[in-house]
Formats: sequence, structure tokens, C-alpha cells
Amino acid sequence: MHNTMKAFLLALLLGITTRSMAEMENYTIDTEGKHAFIQFKIQHLGFSWLYGEFKNFSGEFSYDEADPSQSKIAVEIDVDSLDTGHAKRDKHLRGEEYLDVKNYPKATFVSTSFQELGGGKALLKGDFTLHGITKNITIEVTHMGHGKDPWGGYRRGFYGTTSIKPADYGLEGMAKLGPHSEVLYLEFSFEGIRQAYKHKVVDNESM
Amino acid sequence: MKLKNDEQYYGLIAVFLHWIIALSVFGLFGLGLWMTELDYYDAWYNKAPHLHESIGSLLFFLLLFRILWRGLNPPPPPLESMTKWERHSAHLVHRLLNLLLVAVTLSGYLIVTAKGQPLHVFAWFSLPATVTEIQNQEDMAGEIHLLLAWTVIMLASLHALAALKHHFIDRDRTLKRMLGK
Repeated sequence: MHNTMKAFLLALLLGITTRSMAEMENYTIDTEGKHAFIQFKIQHLGFSWLYGEFKNFSGEFSYDEADPSQSKIAVEIDVDSLDTGHAKRDKHLRGEEYLDVKNYPKATFVSTSFQELGGGKALLKGDFTLHGITKNITIEVTHMGHGKDPWGGYRRGFYGTTSIKPADYGLEGMAKLGPHSEVLYLEFSFEGIRQAYKHKVVDNESM
Repeated sequence: MKLKNDEQYYGLIAVFLHWIIALSVFGLFGLGLWMTELDYYDAWYNKAPHLHESIGSLLFFLLLFRILWRGLNPPPPPLESMTKWERHSAHLVHRLLNLLLVAVTLSGYLIVTAKGQPLHVFAWFSLPATVTEIQNQEDMAGEIHLLLAWTVIMLASLHALAALKHHFIDRDRTLKRMLGK
């Protein structure tokens, strides 16, 4: 009797879990096909914009159409893949005085909340860790589109912008770059490929 | 002093090459350590590396010429008074120094040109980038450059100390010979 009851409850629980899992779509960011970019710009002495990017990173996100606030994202960036198109500058920026990539090889972003604002806009908050220091930042997100791709897969893409102050992350060397370069603007374009449900990397609740 | 080496003496060309390279090597080492510590707003922030790279590039060509010249016009044999051990170790250090100096200049070139930028030698000529595809080439070449530079300085100091030992303790012609005497 008790055993039957337990089995019934278990089946019910599993059923509910499976249902909630079915609504949550999981995506792997398409870094392999390079349909994902993390770019930045910072002023050079107030004369011009300097552009660069982090070439290597990986991440997953989940998106729940029924309840978008449940959506999550986690991205890990190889800081030493920084590229501003100039060897000596890149070497400098990776060095101890700036990003110190030997001691802090990874930067991470893990979302804490996602709020859709309508019209394809959303606010994504999350913990951004750079140079060993974590700050909660807000990213303005545009939900660009989703649907079947021509090759049998399903894709969903987002674009986001935010800004950070390198000084907040203990990047003392950056302060030397002058008052015009206090703010670094970040820009993301992430296209995710929907995964089979067994990949539950981001969605901790259903694990 | 004659231009070429003979059985007894070093010629003017060998003497000049030896001392101009010695001066460049120690100068470049000091300049290199100093320039990498400069603040972004320092007036020398761009000028010092340009000078370092220009002189370093000329040093590379000078080294190639010196190695070629050494082949064409061999130096006088070591002094009779030298032991077999002294001859062998001196010869080994000379070989190593030449090899390391070529390597240190090449690694410097690989830093500057890692992302495809040419290396400008004064306002005279430019060396185009060749190898650019190594992952984080500027960092790897930079570490090798610094390590090799320290090795060169230590070996060159050993070489100089050995010459001073011959001059002041053994009181032979070793050091004077390198001045063409």
C-alpha cells in the first residue's frame, strides 16, 4: 500500500518535472560556427574609439517561452583571447599591470534575473567576474529572433549591451589610461542552438 | 691595424663588430627593462620601444654579417698559454652567444609583428610580418625574449669576467687582442 503510494507520488513528481523541462528550451551558444561575439570599445585619450573582442568563450542559455523570467545564461570567457588587432597592445593588456591573465584566465557571467520589457527588449542581470572580482551588472537585451535554421536545427539569438568601469574590477593599470577611458562598453551577440533535453547545464532546478 | 684578421691579430672589422655588438647588447638590455616599466603618459612610451626595435633589428643583420665574416676570415687561434679546457669552454661560450643573440633578436621581431604589423627600423625601412598564426604569439615570444635576454647577459658577463681574468691574473694578451693589439 505504502509502496504503491510512493510509486504514484514519484510518477507524479517525474511527470511534473518532465513537463517543466519540456517548456524550458536549452541552447548552446554557437561559438563553433562563430555566430557569437563579445566585443568591446573604450576611448583612446578622448580622440577615438578603440575596438576589441574576446575571441574564445563558451556558454549556454535556457529560455522559457511560457515564463521568460525563468530564462538563464552562463558564459565563460578566456580572457587571454583578447584581441585588439595590435600585438604589443594585446601583450600589454594581458600582462600583470592590466588583466593579469596568468592569475585570472577566466571571466564569467552568470545570470541572476531576466525581465522582458515587451517589444523584444529585456533586462538581464547577472554576476560578472573579471580579474577575480564579481559585480552584479545589468545588460540591455534585444531578443532578435528564433526559429528553425535551414539545416534541421533550431536557433535563438540575443543582442546585448552594457558598460563596466575597469577600475571597479581592480584593474589599476586601466586607470592610467586617463579620464576618457574610465568606461568600457561591451556588446554581445549570441546565437544559441537548441539542445536535446539531456543537456541541463544552466537549468539547475530540474536537475 | 689591418682590416682582416691574421694568425696573430684581430683585424679592424672583427674588432669593430665585437665592440659595437657588445655595446648594443648591454644597451638594448637596459633600454628593454626600462621601457617596459614606462607609464602610458611618458613621452618615451612609444619612442623607447621604437628605438629598441630599430637597434635590435640592425643588431640582427650585424650578427648575420659577423657570423658570415667569421667564416670567411677566421679569427687568430687561441693563445698558446691557454689550457685545453679554457679553449673549449671559450669556444662554446662564443658559439652559444652567437646562437642566443640571433634567437633573442628573432623573438623580439616575433613580438612586434605577431598581429601582422611591420617592424619599422627608424624611418629607414620596415620588416614585414611573416609568422603571425601562433596562438598568443606576442605573449609567448615576449616570455622567450626576456628569458633569452637574461641568459645572454649572464653569458656575456661570464665572457667578460673571463677576459678580465686573463688580463689581470694571467696577464696575457687575450683582452688586448680584442682591441687589435
